[in-house]
Amino acid sequence: MQPRDMMQTVHPGHLRWRKWKNRLFAGVIFGLALLAVLPLLLILAYVVFRGAPGVSLRFFTSLPAPTGIPGGMANAIVGSIVMVLMATAMSAPVGVTIGLFLAETHHARWQNMVRFVCDVLSGTPTIVIGLLVYAMVVAPSGGFSGFSGSVALAILMLPTIARSSEQVFRLVPVTLREAGHALGGTRTQVWLRILLPTARAGVITGLLLAVSRALGETAPLMFTAFGNQFWSNNVTQPTAALPLQVFTYALSPYDDWHQSAWTGALTLVAIALIINLFARWVSRTRR
Amino acid sequence: MLSIEIKVEALHAWYGNDEVLHGIDLAIEPRSVTAIIGPSGCGKSTFIRCLNRLHETNPGARVAGHVWVGGEDVYRMDPIDVRRTIGMVFQRPNPFPTMSIFDNVALGLKFAGVKDRRRLRARVEESLAMAALWDEVKDRLHQPAMSLSGGQQQRLCIARALAVEPRVLLMDEPTSALDPISTMRIEELVQNLKQTYTIVIVTHNMQQAARIADQTAFFLDGHLIEVGPTSKVFTKPDDKRTEDYVSGRFG
Repeated sequence: MQPRDMMQTVHPGHLRWRKWKNRLFAGVIFGLALLAVLPLLLILAYVVFRGAPGVSLRFFTSLPAPTGIPGGMANAIVGSIVMVLMATAMSAPVGVTIGLFLAETHHARWQNMVRFVCDVLSGTPTIVIGLLVYAMVVAPSGGFSGFSGSVALAILMLPTIARSSEQVFRLVPVTLREAGHALGGTRTQVWLRILLPTARAGVITGLLLAVSRALGETAPLMFTAFGNQFWSNNVTQPTAALPLQVFTYALSPYDDWHQSAWTGALTLVAIALIINLFARWVSRTRR
Repeated sequence: MLSIEIKVEALHAWYGNDEVLHGIDLAIEPRSVTAIIGPSGCGKSTFIRCLNRLHETNPGARVAGHVWVGGEDVYRMDPIDVRRTIGMVFQRPNPFPTMSIFDNVALGLKFAGVKDRRRLRARVEESLAMAALWDEVKDRLHQPAMSLSGGQQQRLCIARALAVEPRVLLMDEPTSALDPISTMRIEELVQNLKQTYTIVIVTHNMQQAARIADQTAFFLDGHLIEVGPTSKVFTKPDDKRTEDYVSGRFG
């Protein structure tokens, strides 16, 4: 058609209306995105605001003290780290193996079942996992312990590790597996020598995210690690953990303990932030 | 009488219920280059993947018929042995991204249990030299394989396949992702390698088939339409469909 006809078919003011709608919609999306990150920013700002005044060398190096005497959370920080490391040592090999099974084998029915169980497990309230470990580890072994706490954390981390490593294994190009088979590798050789090294950065990222989640968990530790006001250098004894200590102090009637609880919360958030930044760095340096 | 290196008889292949090869019969002489040509989806890649039993690694894939290599029935051998006898180079260069140049070439030997470092080193050098890559990489063997250019990566993949001392080399459109200069180098390489190996190359590029192949096989819809000396297939084909394809009337 001629340009003249176009001018008559499309109303000249219509473009302006379309551009206005476009701008409105872009504005709405931007505003909603801001609304979505606002709670996170508020939490961060408030925790820093309330926690920062209590930050001191003593907080990170000394034991909890009775109210009125300055104390710290050194034992809880160490307890948390030890328990999470033990939990990772238990959970990572099992979780990565489940991920390998889900991504690399052809047993559709079993895989669907395992995937379903993982999804249910990651949706299970963490207090239920704590109770389960209480019944299966704490009660038979005769008391609360750091070991039982790390078992609870390991169960909690398992579905995250399994599903994230499954995703990462699926991202490895089929042509690399075929190249391995074409060289006369068995399936096990192809998995161990080609698949795992290629997926390593992604698997580690998944592990770190599971670790940062486990670090902040309180409920599964209440009936397992239990908490401790002193150094617990024995994992068969009740063990202090940062979230438990924050919980205890926050419920107390003392102002100086409240301050310590805020500083403990700030420490937790800071550790989570550092682990997440580290995970991003690892995933960016892949290949 | 001519000797036969690869003999294929009544080869059928399926993906699930789709039959993609409908009874292929083909004989290949030792130390020759055979080009497989045909339009997309005609089964030429599936065909060469049946020769080294890679087809059956796809879920739901199935094969019937016979393939003999050097007189041995491939489908009665252990698939691992088959793939050591028959090397393969893929469409896109696919070096192992986490490994060095050296480790890429050595991996097949390590799979096979070779641990002696001097033997590994010697075989890696030989293979890289055969793939015409040694001079370019001899001072940087321990650098990442991904630091090489696309054409170098493909020659690395050829060296990797040669390292396990196969009899046959399968190449699945090895130059389709490469620039003309790299393509030329690979074609020259094929001419040298055929003095030692039997080569089967799938190609979309008919000029390439005409340049490098002794024998050309034309596939269409899972059937082998015609096979013969390359010059004959391109100039005086017996079948009308071959003539239409090689003269560019379809495909």
